Parts: sequence; C-alpha cells; structure tokens
Amino acid sequence: MSVHVIETGESFAFTPENEAWAKTQLAKYPPERKASAVMPLLTRAQEQRGGWLTKEAIEYVADYLAMPYIRVLEVASFYTMYNLKPVGRHVIEVCTTTPCWLRGSDEIVKACKKTLGIGLGETTPDGEFTLLEVECAGACVNAPVAAHNGTYYEDLTADSATKIIEALKRGEVPKPGPQVDRQTSAPVGGPTTLKATTGGNA
Amino acid sequence: MPKLTVDGIEVEVPAGATVLQACEAAGAEVPRFCYHERLSIAGNCRMCLVEMEKSPKPVASCAMPAGDGMVIRTNTPTVKKAREGVMEFLLINHPLDCPICDQGGECDLQDQSVAYGAGQSRFKENKRAVEEKYMGPLIKTVMTRCIHCTRCIRFSKEIAGVPELGALGRGEHMEVTTYLEQTLHSEVSGNVIDLCPVGALTSRPYAFTARSWELKKTETIDVMDAVGGNIRVDARGNEVMRILPRVNEAVNEEWISDKTRFVYDGLKRRRLDRPYVRKAGKLTEASWAEAFDAIAKKLKGMSGDKIAAIAGDLQDVESVYALRLLMDSLGAPHRDCRQDGAKLDATSRAGYLFNSGIAGIDEADACLLIGVNPRHEATSVNLRLRARSRRGGFAIANVGPTLDLTYPVQELGNDPKLLQAIAGGAHPFAEVLKAAAKPMLIVGQGALARADGAAVLAAAREIADKLGLVKDGWNGFNVLHTAAARVGALDVGFVPKKGGRDVAGILDGATSGAIEAVFLLGADEINTDSLKDAFVVYIGTHGDEGVRHADVILPAAAYTEKPGTYVNTEGLVQRGLKAVFAPGDAREDWTILRALSDALGKTLPFDSLSELRAKLCSEVPHLAVIDEKPTAAWGKFGTEGAVEAMPFTLAVTDYYRTNPICRASCILATVKDAMSGDKTEATGTHG
Amino acid sequence: MLSDKDRIFTNLYGFQPWSLNAAKKRGDWDDTKAILDKGRDWIISEVKESGLRGRGGAGFPTGLKWSFMPKQSDGKPSYLVVNADEGEPGTCKDRDIIRHDPHKLVEGCLVAGFAMGTTAAYIYIRGEFRAEADVLEAAIAEAYAAGLIGKNACGSGYDFDVYVHRGAGAYICGEETALIESLEGKKGQPRLKPPFPANMGLYGRPTTVNNVESIAVSPTILRRGAKWFAGLGRPNNTGTKVFCISGHVNKPCNVEEEMGIPLKELIEKHAGGVRGGWDNLLAIIPGGSSVPLLPKSVCDEVLMDFDSLRAVQSCLGTAAVIVMDKSTDIVRAIARLSKFYKHESCGQCTPCREGTGWMWRVMERLVEGRAEKSEIDTLLEVSKQIEGHTICALGDAAAWPIQGLMRHFRPEVERRIDAYKASAGKTQAA
Repeated sequence: MSVHVIETGESFAFTPENEAWAKTQLAKYPPERKASAVMPLLTRAQEQRGGWLTKEAIEYVADYLAMPYIRVLEVASFYTMYNLKPVGRHVIEVCTTTPCWLRGSDEIVKACKKTLGIGLGETTPDGEFTLLEVECAGACVNAPVAAHNGTYYEDLTADSATKIIEALKRGEVPKPGPQVDRQTSAPVGGPTTLKATTGGNA
Repeated sequence: MPKLTVDGIEVEVPAGATVLQACEAAGAEVPRFCYHERLSIAGNCRMCLVEMEKSPKPVASCAMPAGDGMVIRTNTPTVKKAREGVMEFLLINHPLDCPICDQGGECDLQDQSVAYGAGQSRFKENKRAVEEKYMGPLIKTVMTRCIHCTRCIRFSKEIAGVPELGALGRGEHMEVTTYLEQTLHSEVSGNVIDLCPVGALTSRPYAFTARSWELKKTETIDVMDAVGGNIRVDARGNEVMRILPRVNEAVNEEWISDKTRFVYDGLKRRRLDRPYVRKAGKLTEASWAEAFDAIAKKLKGMSGDKIAAIAGDLQDVESVYALRLLMDSLGAPHRDCRQDGAKLDATSRAGYLFNSGIAGIDEADACLLIGVNPRHEATSVNLRLRARSRRGGFAIANVGPTLDLTYPVQELGNDPKLLQAIAGGAHPFAEVLKAAAKPMLIVGQGALARADGAAVLAAAREIADKLGLVKDGWNGFNVLHTAAARVGALDVGFVPKKGGRDVAGILDGATSGAIEAVFLLGADEINTDSLKDAFVVYIGTHGDEGVRHADVILPAAAYTEKPGTYVNTEGLVQRGLKAVFAPGDAREDWTILRALSDALGKTLPFDSLSELRAKLCSEVPHLAVIDEKPTAAWGKFGTEGAVEAMPFTLAVTDYYRTNPICRASCILATVKDAMSGDKTEATGTHG
Repeated sequence: MLSDKDRIFTNLYGFQPWSLNAAKKRGDWDDTKAILDKGRDWIISEVKESGLRGRGGAGFPTGLKWSFMPKQSDGKPSYLVVNADEGEPGTCKDRDIIRHDPHKLVEGCLVAGFAMGTTAAYIYIRGEFRAEADVLEAAIAEAYAAGLIGKNACGSGYDFDVYVHRGAGAYICGEETALIESLEGKKGQPRLKPPFPANMGLYGRPTTVNNVESIAVSPTILRRGAKWFAGLGRPNNTGTKVFCISGHVNKPCNVEEEMGIPLKELIEKHAGGVRGGWDNLLAIIPGGSSVPLLPKSVCDEVLMDFDSLRAVQSCLGTAAVIVMDKSTDIVRAIARLSKFYKHESCGQCTPCREGTGWMWRVMERLVEGRAEKSEIDTLLEVSKQIEGHTICALGDAAAWPIQGLMRHFRPEVERRIDAYKASAGKTQAA
C-alpha cells in the first residue's frame, strides 16, 4: 500500500486555458495562502494529464504554488480522487457502502466486472476502462449508484449498469441520473409533498 | 499564572503552559510519544490522556492549555485504562523484534509497555508490514516499527527548515517518508534518530555495532565548529561507537549537526599512533626519545627568531597555552592561531566574541549577516536564527554570497562597501537596525580572512557603535568563529608577539629561509608547500596536510581522548572529558609539550594537568569560570581603512571536510556523495 | 404531516429551475437588505429563538454557535465556512439543496456571514459532486451579477464574497477542523481543540463552520420569524428537516418533514413503506451510518428528533434513515460500515488509525462466524478504547455502529459463531 509516484519523463505544464483558470482559483484565497489552491490545481492537472498525476505534474503544481514537493504529495496521496497511476479513458466507480449494498451494489459490481472483463482496481488491457470501488457517493436514496468519469448513474440494476457500459464502449453518452422513471430524489411514482408545484411530473 | 490541581496537588504554572507541563510540575509522570517540548504539539499518540473535571472524555494533556481552577487526575482507573488502550493499539502493528532492534534498551515504546502493556496480545489478525524507505546514508529505517508520532516530520519542517519528510496515504496505510525517498538535505538530519521514540529511525552507521547498555557514556564538548556543542561520547572498550547530543539550552539546545554526530569513524582512520622522524627524506617510525632527540638536535643553538608555531583549529586551550609557554621560553615571537588569516584583534576580547551569546539570538529583533554562512559555519547558531525568524518580528539581512539558510533573508548584495553605507546610515537597513530594540550583526571569518579584514572588522564595529548594537545590557556585535580552538587561543594570546610573524608571515619566512623551524600543533588548514625547506614538527592526530612536510611527527590525542578546555565563539568556557585513550603511542598534547620542553632544556613549570590549569587560570582568570557566559568590555578594535569592493567569500566551502577528523570519516564522505548525488539528479530533471 | 406551506425547500426535487429568476419566484432573495438592516444582533437572536440546531449531525444550537464569533472586528478577515462535504453514508440531502435550491444556500451565506461579521464564505463541497458544484458556482455567479453578494451586497453597504472550494475524496473533511485544514491546502486531518475555530479557524482567523442545510434554512426562518420555525416540531427539536430514506423501502427518497415525525410515519407516508411491509423490518439506522442502529421494536414508536433518538441510545445525526428488512445480513451491513471507517480514518491519531482496522478485521470474521464468542467482548472493549479517545469524532462514529449491533443483535452474531464451529466440525469429521 505504499505510495509510489511515477516519473514519465514527460514534462508537465498547464495549457494556456488551464493556466488562466488556475489564476481564477488562486484569486479565491488570500495571496499569502496560495497553498489553498492545491486541490483544485491537482484536480485540473490530473484532468489535463489524462486522469492521473505524474511526478512531473505534482512537482509542477508544487512549484506553481511554492509548496514543498512532499506537502503536495501528501495531499495527492491522501485524497482518493487523485490517481497516482494510469487509469483508463473511462473510469467507472461503483459505490458499495452499506446503503448501496443494501440495494444490490454487489450485483452492479458483478455486472461491471463481467461486462469489462476486469476486477476492481483494474484497467482493461486496451486502457479504455478502469473499474473502481468507492465509498459512499452521497446519493443514497438513489442507490445503487455508479459514476462514469464523475457523472452519476443512479437507481442501477445489473441490467442497466451493463447497458450503460456497453453504450460507453460504443462511444455513446448514456443519460445520467436515475435509470428508473423518477425525478431525482423524489419517490418513484411522484412526490408525496409539494404536489402543487411539481408541474406535470407529479 | 494559572493555578490548577493535579492529583490533589495544587500547582501554579506559567501562562501558556499545558496540562502536561502542569502534571510534571506536580510530580505526576505522564507518558507520551508524540509530544516533544521543542516541536509543535501534534496530540496524535493519545498516550498522555488524563482526566479533567467537567470534561466527559479524557483529554490529551499535551495539547490542553492549563487553565485556572482545572482539576486534573492522572492516576485514576479511567486514565490507566485509556493509556493501556493506546498502548495496545500501538503494539498491535508494531513488530516484536526488540532483540534485533537498535533502539532496544532506550526505546520509549519498550519502556512504556512495561508500565502499560498487557501480558499478551488480543490481536489475532496479521500485523501490518511497511515497505522500507531510503532516507540517505545516515538514517536507517525500519518503517514497520513506526508509530506515526510525526516527530521527525515536525522536526524537518520546523527545526531543520528542510520540509522533505511527510506522511503519505492515510488511515492505517499512512507511511512516513522523504519525498521520493531522497536523502534528507539537512546537516542536522541525524537528530530525527534521537527524536524517534521507537526503532523506526536509527543510526545507519551505528547499526548492529553495539547495544546501548554496554556503552560507557562520557559527557564532553564537540570541536567540529566553534559553538562548543554539548555531546555525549559513547564508547565500548577503547572505541567510540557513537556521539549524541546533550542538552544545553544556551548552546545547542538538544540538537547537533550530522558532522558532530557522525564524525566518529574519522577518529579511527588515518591516525598517527607512533612518533615518526624523517630520515633521508623518508618518514620513519621512531621512539618518543628518538623523536625528541631529533628536535633537540635541530633546535640546538637556533635563534628564537627562526622558530615559529601555528596552532590548529581543534586544540584544547591547555595545549595551545603550553605551546605558547614553550615558544616564550625559546624566545620565538612568531606564533599564530589564525590559520585562515582572519584579521582578528586579540587585544580586545569583545572584538572577537559572539557577544550577544547564542541564546541572545532569541531576544534579538534585527540581524545583519556579514560574509557568513551560519548554516555551515555553526549549525546550532543557524537553528537559533531560524527559530527566531519563525517567531516573527526579526529582520535579517545579508551582505555576502546569496544563501539558503532555511529562513527568509533580505539579500543586500555581496558588496563589502555596503558596510560603510550601512554604518553611515545611508543604507535603508541602517534604519532597521537603529529602530530595533536588540539589533545584532554576525560577521563571519570569510569577511575577516582577507587583506582588508581589519578594515571590515572596523566597519562592523562602526555599525555596532553607530546604530545602537551595543547598549545597556546588550551587545549585538558578534563574531562567528569556525574553529573550536580559536577563541581560547586568542584568549591565551597565541598571536604574534611584537615583531613576530602571523601565519602568512611564517609561511613566507619558511620559504625565504628567515624561519627555519615550525611547530604545527594540529595545524592542517594551511598549505604546507611553503614549509618544504623548514624543519617541521607536527603534533597532531591525523595523517593530513600537516604531516606532508613534517620532519618529526608527535602523535597526539583527539578531542575524545583527552580532558580539555574549550572556549566557544561566545566566550563560554567549557571542559570536555576523556572518553577513550588515544591510539597506540599517541599521548595527550600537553604531556607531549611538557616532555619536549624537558628534552629542549626548557622545562615547562607544571607536572600535571591541574598544575597547568592553575597557571593558565592565574594568567587568564576568566578561563577559570566554567559554563558561564562572560561579558567582555567593549572597546576599540579593528583598523579603520578602506574596505575593498571584492565580494566576500565564505569560510566554509566544503562543509563535510573542514578538519582532519571529518576528512578521515568515511561516513561523512558518503553523506557528501549522497547529497551531491541528489543534487545532480535534481538538476537533470529540473532542466 | 408538515403542510406544503411550511416547507422551506420548495424545489427539493428540481421540478423547477434552480436559477435566480426561479428562486426569486420561490421567495428567495426577497428584500434581503431588510433582513440585514435589522442588524447582526437581531439575526442571531432570531436564529437562537427559532431553536435551529445544526443539521450536520451534532445538533449544536446554530444561533449560539454564531454568537461565539467576535462581536468586534479587528479589521482582519473572519470566515463563514459551509460544510458541503456530504459523505455520511445514507445522507444526500445537501446534494439536493445545492443542485435544486442553491440560492437558498447563497442567500443563507450572506445572512449568516453578515450576522457573524465575516468577510467571506467558503463553501467546501465534496469533489465527487461535480455537477452540483457547477450549479452552485453558476448560482453564485448569478448572485454576484445581480449585486446580491460581493461589494455592497444587496445594497446593504456590506461587502461579502462567496467562494466554492471542491474537495477531492475524503469523508474526514466533513469534520470541521479537517475541512479547514483541507481548505488551507493540507491533508484533511482534524485539529486539536482548543483552540476552537471561532477563535482560530481558517488561516488562523475566527471561523464558523455550518452545515449546508443549517445555512440554507436561515433566510426563511428570518423571513417567517423564529416563532414560526419554533412552532414546528417539539421543544428543543424544532423546525423542519430534510430526511433521506434509503435501503429497503419501496420508494427511497428525500423529503422535508417536521422534526419529531414518527419514524414509522416518515417511512410509510413518503418512502412507500418497508419492503414487504412494516413487519418485514429488521432494523433501522436512523441518522446516517455513524449512529447506532435500532431494532424494529424501537422503530415502531420512536420519533425522529434529537432528544427522542438520544433516549433510545442512538442519534438523529444527519437524519439519514437507512432501512434494513429481514433479508438483511445485519452483521455484514455493519461490517461494511467498519470497512468504510477504516478506509476514511485519516491516520493521524493512534486509536482510530489502529483500531478501525482491527475492528473491521474482526467484523469480517464475525460475518462468517469465524471467531470465538469471547471476541465479541474484546471487540466491544476495543470499540470503547477508541470511543472518546481520539482527536475527532470519527473514532466514535466507527465504534457506535458496532456497539449498536452487539446491543441488539448479539444473539445473531453468536449464532453464526456456533454455526461456523458446527460446520467446521462437520468438515473435520468428514
């Protein structure tokens, strides 16, 4: 479980757009508190770098914020959304914490493994898909939940999860949110409250 | 001053004290792992939990500020249970490898487990194993033993100012490491070995060489720089196994440099362990009698004006004094202790001391550095400066080469002429010094060891005079020495007598033939090429520079091998003790000089060290005042004159190779390589 | 049942747009200046009188918390920090507030921030809520553009900034001082207290950290009056609350209800009842994963508020109701929570770092029954060695679910141990 950082030899620098964006992030914090921007900057560096943080990206962010490298690596290794090793173009994260588990997350994991032919924590040989188990995604009344590159797919079944992955494989973007007929976190079949203001959906 | 009750005992503690300190004041012992009085409070080990009235949960006493009227209990079943609980947690994943652990016998975890450990483990799962981490050639890691107290991390960040240690990951997978397992780029890294409460960080060179309980511990004084760091030399038989710091709040607190700590293998290499006499151009082993005889023969009838002596940087005061007496009796005016040629003025003690005292840095509020790199010339002084800088309200400016001192410094430029601008009030930093309540300056040997050194010294004195560095109860004029022997040698007047030559003059004289015999007392920091034609007597410890052209070698004792007096850069007189015997036929320096004087028919007037010291102290009374920082009277010194524009160079350019002992140390050579190795690598990737 | 006219979050499900225009139609930002004009003291005393207690889990009186901030500014910044790091398993209420009613939160920031004399608000939102954070940032931009926040907010003469800070995956950042550390660009490791954030918080400045819901309800309380809010629910447990009902119910959902609603009524009215009927109920975790579970017998009668749940040795927590029917492997359900806490322990202090892993490993064996019965007591002792001995409450949160399980389902755990022994015996005999 030791943390290992991968050096690729490819230098890293923000694109001009990301550089401009980084400035807007720094503007949120007092000038002498640049380190506050380390999380957003790491997140953006990770996005730019294809989903994971290389040694070069970590050091770039550290230099950008005048932080010691070790402090930035501490942050990068503490928060689970930072990846320190390569991930696929599609990252599928399945929540398996108790509320999702009660509603069948085991089946979702099984369906994902089967459809992708990989286990949890693995990446398909073509480098397309990475399958991860995550802790509570915070969408528990729409359990079970999985995310594709950060977009939530909710009220999943083994069947709908399989269909979503297959659609992704075809390059399609499946409709996010609940995969059953329901409005966000309202009960299936329509809300029990606020019926006057819920439009035609109620 | 809050008053509180600990186990029924009322105590009053200073404002800002913690409950833990209050407990100690009340005589209640509180176990701890993460807490360390010189580091920030982490409160993470949870071993110091105590009960506090009105608090539903036990509190971490290290982190709880002592408050008036608090009622604390440290001896209740709840407290005992809490500590036993923490102990159990610490032990479940700690390997039970005490028999092969170098911390064994001096391990906080081991000690506390005697008090709070259970008889057997209830943990039936597999123990965690942690991948080893490389931290360089000095620190051996067994990270499975780490209890995550973060002392080492806090030390590197707060004290050393080299934020390279951290804890990666989280939860039970949190691991302490340096960034990418690089060598810690700090000259005080070894202190983490002492700080580590368990055997996670131990000394790599010391690994498996001894058990702590079989070592004889001798309290003595370090000579690697002019700070006079307080050390403990641990020896087994006649071999120094390791060197550790001792606490001296006014000097080194409880830190020592890696050079001080790891130089000890240099005491065993390249040692001069018998006398030598040059015969037909070749150094040949000789008896003491043969060696003395050779000297006596050579000096017989030689005019004192042709004899010179240079005292080295690591010498005890006694040996320098004895040599001076010998030179006096030979009528030789040419003697000097300033191997580097520093234009120090021996007539005014305040002119060559670190007058504010090292601890005085804590009180200072402005500082001007002049041609000095305290990080390499006196690490303890640099740690003090850093600590003072961290507290804020301390303006530090530098006239000299740009440096990384681990704290922010305003770089004024490396132009010696700035000194006169500052003294004259024309430079903005003059205002800073003037406005400060306790301003100080630190002038380094690099600034003084140049042709215009005396003028630089005078300019520094002028700054002190004109900008209020010397006032009632405060003297902020500070000379930082690099040689442990220097202040003591100046104190006993080991400088040219009237008409005598200084080091440069002696070397010139030896080349020209004006000087025919030269005594080198541990003097290895000069270029002895000039001494080719002179008759050279080397009294010292190592086969280093001093022996290259020596005609007679008299093997002497290193600092761990003799009792000796040392006067540090602030003028503090300290005495070291003998930890081991000098190797082979080598003898304590003063006895060599005493015996030599006999052979020369100029018998020195003492037969024992105590007689020598009595004579010394009657001549230089302040040397009798041990362990008390003296104050020296302010007066005129230096020579007013033009300061050259030529930039300052620094006294220490090769930190790990400043004297014959560290040059003989393989350990320090490895450190130097490891550091520079990393640097090359860093340059490569940083482009 | 709460009537619609008393509901605060009238767009909880997002049937209407979240935009400023739509929010204004719902009553948000309606003469906010008038509220500010009544002054800091009035706002704080009104919130105190409303009886509002923090909606993030601990239930600390919100008005009282606000009153801890310095009355007089020293001219340097002080901060309101909004805890939108929603991650307590079972809980997903702040998500709805942020994505469907963000202006309630932004307006709440202004009102609360003003009441405490703070200079800016940072809303720390969990990194996984990308879409939600996008909405929130857009809503803040709308509010800036309309002059509602920023310089001279709402024409009040008061300058107030609101910033969004995204997390990156750490449950512990929901702990207020860990959140502050994270906001400062460090690992989310809770700080020692004292000093408390109100004295030394973000950047060493006075700071108050509030939950999203606590802040988002405050403008409505101030508009409709403390008495209105205090009139809902029960004394000391006033107002409305967004409940999250997950697990084995027919229609999992979020719903805003009155505090003190009977648990059974909450589930049957809004979540379509327990799967297979109320009698098929095994147990309920009533306030997010940290709180001890309740067996059906308790669920029959218990009211959903702070004091009622405290009385049955559980907590309201975040009011996230996790329902488990009789098909549930209750030991595994709790073991999975133990894994969660082990995963989310920051690693800083000993009992939690070492203890959460220990407890999880034992729990995994208890799922199979592969243990000695004496280990149940050892496990409970270990949980007690963690509880109350750590820097933050994560240790307690890891201990309580296990304590709750053993309190109510110890016979089941013992049955498994017996069964495992029996089957192992058979295997050996065979």
